[in-house]
Amino acid sequence: MKKTFKFAAAAGLLLSAFSAFADTFVFTAIPDEDESRLQQRFNKVADYLSAQTGAEVKYIPVKSYAAAITAFRNDQVQLAWFGGLSGVQARKLVAGSEAIAQGYEDQFFKTYFIANKSAGLSAEETLSAALKGKTFTFGSKGSTSGRLMPEFYLREQFNAAPEDIFSRVGFSGDHSRTIAQVQSGAYQVGAVNYTVWDNELAAGNIDPEKIQVIWTTPTYPDYQWTIRGDVDARFGKGFKEKMRKALLEMKDKDLLASFPRESFVPASNDDYAPIENTARAIGLLED
Amino acid sequence: MRPDSDALVLLNRLPGVRPAHSSGRRLRRISLLFIAIALVCLFLADLALYPTDPWRELGRIGWGFITPYWADSSTLLSALGQTVAFALLALIISIPLGLMLAVFYHWRPVRMLAAAVRSVHEIFWGLLFMQLYGLSATTGLLAILIPYTGVFAKVFAEMFDRQAPQPTLAVSPLSSRISRYAYTLIPQSLGEMRSYCRYRFECALRSSAILGFIGLPTLGFHLETAFKQGQYSEAAALLWVFFILIASIRFWLRGWLLPVYAALAIWLLPQSPPLGSSYAWQFISQDIWPRALQQGDLAGAAAWYWREFSQVAWPALLQTLYLTQIALVLTGVIALLCYPLASQAISGRALRWPGRLLLLIMRSTPEIMIAFILLLLLGPSGLPAVLALALHNGGLIAFLLANHSEQQPQRADDPKGINRYLYLHTPRLYPGFLAFLFYRWEVILRESAMMGILGIATIGFYIDSAFEEIRYDKAFFLIVVAAALNILIDSLSRRIRRRAGADLSAGVG
Repeated sequence: MKKTFKFAAAAGLLLSAFSAFADTFVFTAIPDEDESRLQQRFNKVADYLSAQTGAEVKYIPVKSYAAAITAFRNDQVQLAWFGGLSGVQARKLVAGSEAIAQGYEDQFFKTYFIANKSAGLSAEETLSAALKGKTFTFGSKGSTSGRLMPEFYLREQFNAAPEDIFSRVGFSGDHSRTIAQVQSGAYQVGAVNYTVWDNELAAGNIDPEKIQVIWTTPTYPDYQWTIRGDVDARFGKGFKEKMRKALLEMKDKDLLASFPRESFVPASNDDYAPIENTARAIGLLED
Repeated sequence: MRPDSDALVLLNRLPGVRPAHSSGRRLRRISLLFIAIALVCLFLADLALYPTDPWRELGRIGWGFITPYWADSSTLLSALGQTVAFALLALIISIPLGLMLAVFYHWRPVRMLAAAVRSVHEIFWGLLFMQLYGLSATTGLLAILIPYTGVFAKVFAEMFDRQAPQPTLAVSPLSSRISRYAYTLIPQSLGEMRSYCRYRFECALRSSAILGFIGLPTLGFHLETAFKQGQYSEAAALLWVFFILIASIRFWLRGWLLPVYAALAIWLLPQSPPLGSSYAWQFISQDIWPRALQQGDLAGAAAWYWREFSQVAWPALLQTLYLTQIALVLTGVIALLCYPLASQAISGRALRWPGRLLLLIMRSTPEIMIAFILLLLLGPSGLPAVLALALHNGGLIAFLLANHSEQQPQRADDPKGINRYLYLHTPRLYPGFLAFLFYRWEVILRESAMMGILGIATIGFYIDSAFEEIRYDKAFFLIVVAAALNILIDSLSRRIRRRAGADLSAGVG
């Protein structure tokens, strides 16, 4: 008796998981800062997209770029707000998928190298040789601004892997934590997304006596909306265009603040060729 | 199978001829050996101390801890409900499965299967199943119930081993293995099994919460977000809720309520979007194998595996092992120092509750958070990792020891206070303490994997990186290597426990 009940229960929960989402268009997004109350904030975005496209749109939160890529590949989500690198990885895995819009700021994104004052480094035109032997932290492993681009410029400048330049290399997992760790001196130097730095500075979370920007990377393209190629077949002809239009016409400051971006502008797969080449150059991507 | 073979084996284990119990000398020898190994590892491990200025951040963390705050109670309640739901359902399924395996534990493939499934950390099971079942209730349940089934199999089998053999001898040797277990060994172990399942439920709640770190909608989901973004009051609110949940288990976990809870749990499980085009088969048949192997280039594949092993896996395994050995001894020291605080029999009534609270906080705070705080204090190296692992596991073992200390029979002429601790309880509990510690050995090894933020190259750091970099062939290979080391430690620990006579009849794990 007890066992039958268990099997029935297990079967029931497998089935129930599939009922509420039939024919729903699902998207995911990981903002580069403030991941609190994701569900509430992005439900509003979902409502907006739903009203604009006529499809039922839902949002599901994920924890990491890797998880977002998995969900996109499994077709659990059909649209995702990816970082530069994760977008390239996702489009490589899902044939026919396409970058359809990027944030205004993402056309010329950049990374700050920040240092604790006690490290005795100062702001310079290039990455200075004085960095050698310091302790250093990236952001999360799959981040474009916190990992890919800083690693690329480190390798270019020093012609060596980060582990060979610094005495220790960590991955804080998050831009806010990178700042906290460099500010506390746990790591001497770090690489951080510039918008997160600017916003934390404005919010008074950064003590300029303790921590400063020592170098800024050249600009590169970053976050973008990527959509699966088979959405027209599933949600009706012209659906992809409708979705692109809805994203580009999103003007509500409240909605845009969730990303946070000023507005969305058109983008294409080709815009991300520099990211793809960079990822190949440092061995994060193979053919 | 000859039905009487087991009965013959049991004949050799009548009370008079059971293996000799622990002698102090053997226990001392094994303890000193492990301390010596840890001392050697101190020189080999990647430990360092960097000057830091952590007070601003630590002040914010401390202030957050005492001013917990959470804006909307509905998110909190649903995360709480789902934390319990995953844990409960996973146990309801894994306990009968584990029991089944335990009955056939004499069979080598069963032992190997159980050892293999429990040798992989829940988080990595979760990451693997996410590729197959997406972000879903199935992924969460399997991630807990698969390793737990392996643990139950081992622990139940060891419980059966410890039972008195007479009842089994009274059963006809012609009766089947299953009925022999059903009428003798299982009823004999029932009390022990029940208390072990209770303890395991607490572990499952922790696992369930931690799986939030990779995306399940449990408490850990919000906890990780709040903590990493410096919203310490929110993080504290979630932690306190979790502490209260753990502390109150004994008030609400009742056998007769289980069917109600199970029904509620199924209803509570999160709904997730279906997988439109699952690539499960592609994942199993292609993604986890290096490209050379897929192309049939065996030499190329061998070269790939050798390169990954010699350049990544082997150095990482060594580093993981060094840190584990130090953390193991430190765990023991912390457990022995802390358990009297929470034992009424030693510290009296007044100290007991603060002591219990301390141990609750130590064992229920995810190690990765302790590691982050220590990272701010000590700088990045293996040092925060070792301390975080030791504090967490030390708190856990101290809690188990305190419970046993309170159950010790008391005599009117027993010494009191520190003398009771030094000369009565600690010597009595010591064999059990070593058993606890050896059980945790493989757990510590698995958990040392989780310390990527510290910039220390443990095997888990590379597994996590491989998942992040979408290199499933590498992730899979490293998981297998890590599992192999885990299985090795597991069997070593079993052997040492037997030889040293480190044993305890109550459920541990």
